[in-house]
Parts: sequence; structure tokens; C-alpha cells
Amino acid sequence: MSYREKAVVMDAESMDRALTRIAHEILEANKGLGDIAIVGIMTRGVDMANRLAERLERIEGIAVPVGNLDISFYRDDVAIRLSPEVHTTDIPYEVEGRTIVLVDDVLYTGRTIRAALDAVMDFGRPSAIQLAVLVDRGHRELPIRADFVGKNVPTARRERVKVQLIEHDGRDAVVILEDDGQGV
Amino acid sequence: MGLSSQHLMTMDDVTAEDVTLILDTAESFAEVNQRRIKKLPTLRGRTIVNLFFEPSTRTRMSFEIASKRLSADGVNFTASSSATVKGETLRDTAKTLAAMACDMVIVRHRYAGAPQMLAEVMDCPIVNGGDGVHQHPTQALLDLFTMRQSFGKLEGLRVGIVGDVCHSRVAGSLVPALNKMGATPVIIGPPTLMPVRPDVLGAEVAYDLDAVLPTLDVVYLLRVQFERAARMPFPSNREYAMLYGMDTARLGALPSHAVVMHPGPMNRGVEISADVADSSRSVVLDQVESGVAVRMAIMYLMLGGADSGAAA
Repeated sequence: MSYREKAVVMDAESMDRALTRIAHEILEANKGLGDIAIVGIMTRGVDMANRLAERLERIEGIAVPVGNLDISFYRDDVAIRLSPEVHTTDIPYEVEGRTIVLVDDVLYTGRTIRAALDAVMDFGRPSAIQLAVLVDRGHRELPIRADFVGKNVPTARRERVKVQLIEHDGRDAVVILEDDGQGV
Repeated sequence: MGLSSQHLMTMDDVTAEDVTLILDTAESFAEVNQRRIKKLPTLRGRTIVNLFFEPSTRTRMSFEIASKRLSADGVNFTASSSATVKGETLRDTAKTLAAMACDMVIVRHRYAGAPQMLAEVMDCPIVNGGDGVHQHPTQALLDLFTMRQSFGKLEGLRVGIVGDVCHSRVAGSLVPALNKMGATPVIIGPPTLMPVRPDVLGAEVAYDLDAVLPTLDVVYLLRVQFERAARMPFPSNREYAMLYGMDTARLGALPSHAVVMHPGPMNRGVEISADVADSSRSVVLDQVESGVAVRMAIMYLMLGGADSGAAA
């Protein structure tokens, strides 16, 4: 299936503002940086996580530990399809007893987050796990919700939401793609 | 993204792209093996049978640990405690296993071609855990993984495979595996332990170890398989060790970056001296460690995805 761009729902400026707001919300909800550590979900969630960590450090003046999580081996559909690419998980800090902020770009069915929760638990018992996403596009299939949301974007299932980042795509934007009807 | 073949019976079943995919995936499993909780839910509910008709400790354990770490149910079948001693044929054993709906079979057998025979009567993926003096592809893949860890690449490496080449299924898989990845295999040994036609293996052939040593990145010592030889292939262990055994003096003749490998179990004092086996240049235990991660990757890639037949 090929897709065409239907709408740009966030541009560079609104993305930047949303991330800064999320950083402040995380600090407000947790009354400071305390024992917070960030885990970004491969691959775009890691870029989000790094940007969020930068902002937290700028505001509080303390570095926040950041880890990368690959959830390929925890997915519930391994028997149906394999991840196109498996990355190596790297959580360079003790998870035990910390407040973990999971970061992903788009929240959709909730299945990725379910897998990520299991994966984080395999590293220890965090005192709490919170979820921050840039875009919540709805259509949840599991009882999961985000604690911090950049933007709620109502979508149809046949549409795709793509977070574009300057380091991969040449610009910062969130776009809705729809099937252009041209087939494969 | 899976592998191009349903089975892993010989190195012919995988392309260079497949090998790279297996090694890359194994890197992620190697990270898991460093964790305190070394278990993943990935292959929950799948049954993997270890069908071992020949004695094996490390290979069987390595496969068993790999399947357990992926949460698959591993079942061990050992020939000595099975229907085989009552005279059941391999074909009937395979049909029995197929009727029990297992998802993957790892087979080790003293006859070359046993995995192919299983594949004829079973629908599930078959992995060759060593067949006679033919092939041992998972060993070759874990060796490639270890070499890539040591050198960061495989292309251009010169690997001397030393000793009992004619009885070695390890060499049978490692030579084509190295060729596939752009490395250069060199087989070295006494004429009595060389294949009848060493030239057809696809490796450079040499008989003088000392002449070749300074050109090698890897010295891969093969175990002298006394149990497979029809008669003693050389006058004495001491003479073999003098001509082809890796000792401290020969270690000094290697380039300083070169590493020593051995598939195990080692005959200390024959193909490898105790000093070399325990030296910092030996990556023998890294090979064992890589084995679990590489076998996890093979299981994951062969059992994941709809094409494995599991989704039906």
C-alpha cells in the first residue's frame, strides 16, 4: 500500500512547545526530578526520550539517565510477524525503585506499551512507571492510557500517523498519511 | 523479516544476508544474556525438541538453554533412553514427533543427511545440530559471531582451520560460512587427516602450520576425533603436538591481534596446549557464550513470522 500526506497536525514549533510542556508536567507530577529515569522505545521513542531529557536537564540543571528499549522479543504477535529490525536494549542504570518515564512517539493500540511494561519489569521493580507520548491517536485495544500527551489526534484506523524528525526525515513534523488508493 | 529457508541443515540454506541478520539479532540476545533475569516471553507455548542420537554436552545444553530463555518448552530426546534402543527407525521417530505437534526439531545424528530425512516427513523447521562428518551449521554461525566480536568484521579475515579436517563437520560448515562472508579459510593438517580431495572444499590447503601462522587472523583448532578414525592417524600424540599442536611458541609466531579458537571439547596437550587454552588470546569461552545467543536468534527467526506455519 502506498500513502499520501493528508495533513500536517504538528509542525516543528508546536512539537518543540509540546515537548517543553511535557517536561514541565513530568516535573510537576513528580515534584521535581527525584529518582526519575527515562526509557525511550525504539526507534522514534528514543529520539523523543533524548529530547525530553535535554529539556529536563535545562530546567532542573541535573542530568537524567536515559535508556533505550527494544520490545521486539516481547511483542504479542511474534508468531505472525517479525520486527523488521531488532535493536539492542540498553538501560545503563538500576531500574529498581525508580520512577520510570516510558517515552514513545505515537500511542495507538497500546500493545507496544504492554510489551514495554513487561520488558522494563525484567530489569527490576520500578516504584512507578509513567507514560509520555507525543501523539495519542486513539483506537486503544488494551486498558492503557498516557500520563503525558503532546497532542490528541483523532484518526481513522486506515490512516497512519508518522512522526518525522529532523535527524531522520529532514524536518520535525507530525503528519497523517492516508492510503492513496494506488495499491501496492 | 525472516530467513530465506525454512530449515537450517547446511550452510547452503542461508545467504550472506541471512547470516548477517542472524548475527545482528544475536547481538540483542547477547545483551539479554547479561541481564539478571535472562528470560524472554518470545516463544511462549512453542515446543522445541532436542533429538540427539550422539553424545553431546555443550551443544545440547546450549540449545536447551536457548529454548528456555525464549520461554519455549524444550524436550530432550536422548538415544540411549528412547525407542531407538528398541530398534525404532529414524523415520518412525520423526513421524511420532510430528504427531505430537512439535514446532522445531534440533537433530544430531552420526549419519550425514539425517536432518534432510527428518525434513521429508516433518513440516516443522529442522535445525542440524551436527550430522556425521558432514555439517554443523550453528557451530559455524557462533564461530562467525565470535570472530565478528573480536575483529568487528568478517570480510578479509584469514582463518586457519587446523588438524582433523577429514572427520570435522565443524570444518564442513565453517569453510563455506567463511567463504560466504568474504573471509579466507585455510585448511592445515597432516595428509592422513585431510579429506581425499582437499581442493574441492573451497579452502586454501597447507601442510606446514609454521609457514602459515604469521599470515593468520584466527587459528581454529579442530579436535582430533580419535573415536571416528578407523586407526590411529599419526604415530603418537606427542608427534602430532610437535607438528600441529598450538603451544606458546606458536602463539608467538602469530600476528599480535590474532585469536585462538576451538569448538570443544579440547584434547589438552594434543591439538592445544594447556597454556594456550587458558591464555588471553583464546576466545574458546566466548564461543560457548556466543552459542546461546546465536541459537536464540536462529530459533526466534525460524519460529517467528507467519511463514513458519505456526500462525496457521
